[in-house]
Amino acid sequence: MNWTLVLPELVLALAGLAALVAGVLPKRDTSFAINMGVFGAMLLAAVLVMAQPEGTAFAGQYVSDAFTRFMKLLVLAGAALGLLVAMDWNVKEGLAKFEFPLLLLFSSLGMMVMVSANDLIALYLGLELLSLSLYVIAAFNRDSERSAEAGLKYFILGSLASGLLLYGASLIYGFAGSTNFDRIADAVSATEGVPFGLVVGLVFVLAALAFKVSAVPFHMWTPDVYEGAPTPVTAFFASAPKVAAIALLTRVAAGPFGELVEQWQQVLILASLGSMILGALAAIGQKNIKRLMAYSSIGHIGYALMGLAVGSDLGIRGLLLYMAIYLFTNVGAFAVLVAMRRNGRALEGIDDLAGLGRTDPAMALAMTVFMLSMAGIPPLAGFFGKLYVFLAAVYGGYWTLAVVGVLTSAVSAYYYLRVIKVMYFDAGEALDARPTSLSVVLAGTGLFTVFFFAFPAPFLAAAQAAVAALVG
Amino acid sequence: MIAALAFYVFAAILIASAVMVVTSRNPVHSVLFLILAFFNAAALFLIAGAEFLAMILVIVYVGAVAVLFLFIVMMLDIDFSRMREGLQRYAPIGAVIGGILFLELLFVFGSWQFAPDAATLRLNATPGPEVTNTEALGQLIYTDYIYLFQVAGLILLVAMIGAIVLTLRDKPANSKRQDIGVQVARAEAVKLANPPSRAGLGQLGIIRRPLPEAPKPKAVGHDHHDHHGGGHH
Repeated sequence: MNWTLVLPELVLALAGLAALVAGVLPKRDTSFAINMGVFGAMLLAAVLVMAQPEGTAFAGQYVSDAFTRFMKLLVLAGAALGLLVAMDWNVKEGLAKFEFPLLLLFSSLGMMVMVSANDLIALYLGLELLSLSLYVIAAFNRDSERSAEAGLKYFILGSLASGLLLYGASLIYGFAGSTNFDRIADAVSATEGVPFGLVVGLVFVLAALAFKVSAVPFHMWTPDVYEGAPTPVTAFFASAPKVAAIALLTRVAAGPFGELVEQWQQVLILASLGSMILGALAAIGQKNIKRLMAYSSIGHIGYALMGLAVGSDLGIRGLLLYMAIYLFTNVGAFAVLVAMRRNGRALEGIDDLAGLGRTDPAMALAMTVFMLSMAGIPPLAGFFGKLYVFLAAVYGGYWTLAVVGVLTSAVSAYYYLRVIKVMYFDAGEALDARPTSLSVVLAGTGLFTVFFFAFPAPFLAAAQAAVAALVG
Repeated sequence: MIAALAFYVFAAILIASAVMVVTSRNPVHSVLFLILAFFNAAALFLIAGAEFLAMILVIVYVGAVAVLFLFIVMMLDIDFSRMREGLQRYAPIGAVIGGILFLELLFVFGSWQFAPDAATLRLNATPGPEVTNTEALGQLIYTDYIYLFQVAGLILLVAMIGAIVLTLRDKPANSKRQDIGVQVARAEAVKLANPPSRAGLGQLGIIRRPLPEAPKPKAVGHDHHDHHGGGHH
């Protein structure tokens, strides 16, 4: 049974239940204490993840190795940062309910189950635990029509994706006779040729996961949901869940279906090309900065998928680094969006950033760093993320991917630079003073983005170990 | 032979009632057909040897879920004809997509290929003749798949939290509620006094209001005018 292996998940689940009791029973408002408690539980889970031994538990349904450790730390970091970003906003918008940190906690638990999944059922249940929490927090501002619409839209399309996933999983089970990834891998290697039904099942599963990471052509929900959901919720959507879904995609592609690389490669190459091109072109005309970030995140997923699509160890290492860098840069950029507030009203237009270079030079500088990093300007972190992915594509001989990647990077630099131009060269009024929690997040992610080039070694080593554990 | 015949009969009724669930005009009929579909599915489970699932399907789905459905359909005022308005417009494209998917599935299942050891790996309804369905399921759910069972429980918990967060509203601040402690502790409601023995109320300064005059019993011989006045004199 080996149930002690799941200690991080267990601690997080028990902390969630305790926080639920602490929120419901007292008559007073305990949301701040629960925010802090959930934050502490996430940190504790991260420490436990670092100390987690390797192995499988529950008859192979749960796996722990260097790959799951790397991804879980990223997921927990993203969730904890998302909570920090949201705290002040929720108070100002009158949304400071204790359920918010609780739902973030359960969604991170779902992500950890996803990352550790070594079984189709565990994969599905983790994904559902994550998705259900996300549907609710998308509609968390329930009195706002847009937020409710975002939640409903995400729910309907997400259920469709879950249905596709289940259908694909049933086809895979029908072929292999087992839902365990190791048994599926055995079955695939024991069969001559490529069974057609298995490929159809795999494509269904990939389509559902592509929906979760919002890769083209399953991206339609992204701009609307990102725009409608409360800004800190959007910040969370764009960070931790994407990392978890990418981890799952990588595990499924490289683990049980590692021998079918030629089959899933085509799907991923198309999704990668489509995402890069759409992310670069569709973001150009946007006036709402949340929509801009939505298209930008679609583009980034395109670059990240390139690493998986080339189907080499080097590519997966690039993908892991890309997701790590993307996570921190993205949370930082969203922290700026959350701080955009004038006379107590939240703002979402790109034009509302005008004059930030004079009225709040520190935040303008941080935003400049994040935008340049996303555009891939050296020596910021985003450049290295793209560098490793493009290198893998070039080494693998996938010139189309590399060339399209470079071209779309150049195009997307236009709208990132436009944000910087608006901040420094347009005139505008001052924003409200930013809260301390956002300043902390901005400083932390900003320093990471700027100084990544000075100490990439630990990240590279961790990613290398993760790839070795995954590919074996 | 009889099992095969029973299978086709139940399967045919199942599919027919499933079609009727979607197409019948009256939503109450839809739910009733749904119940029929559940019963036939339970019969199919019985034929497959999964008697526990068959009974659970009847108890849970027919006994609880479908009845709840029925209540909801009867209580909510849903205009089903308006919901079906888009059907005509979207039917062709839906039919095209459905047709393509159906052809693909035919293609998939026509060339279906099993992994060599799929048959041995696949779960049986009962692991052996001496183990009952219930025992086998209990072993699977609470021992082999306890991890997944717990995660499923957390999903239900999140669903509950979500439903409460999105719909529960506290009553408005000016609504009146009973607060027994406050009501009893009201200063003007209770007066504590230490009366000397045999003292009347008047000596204590407590003035008793005269009791309101009891309405006179209606006399039989009252005229019409008085009848309308109702006790005012």
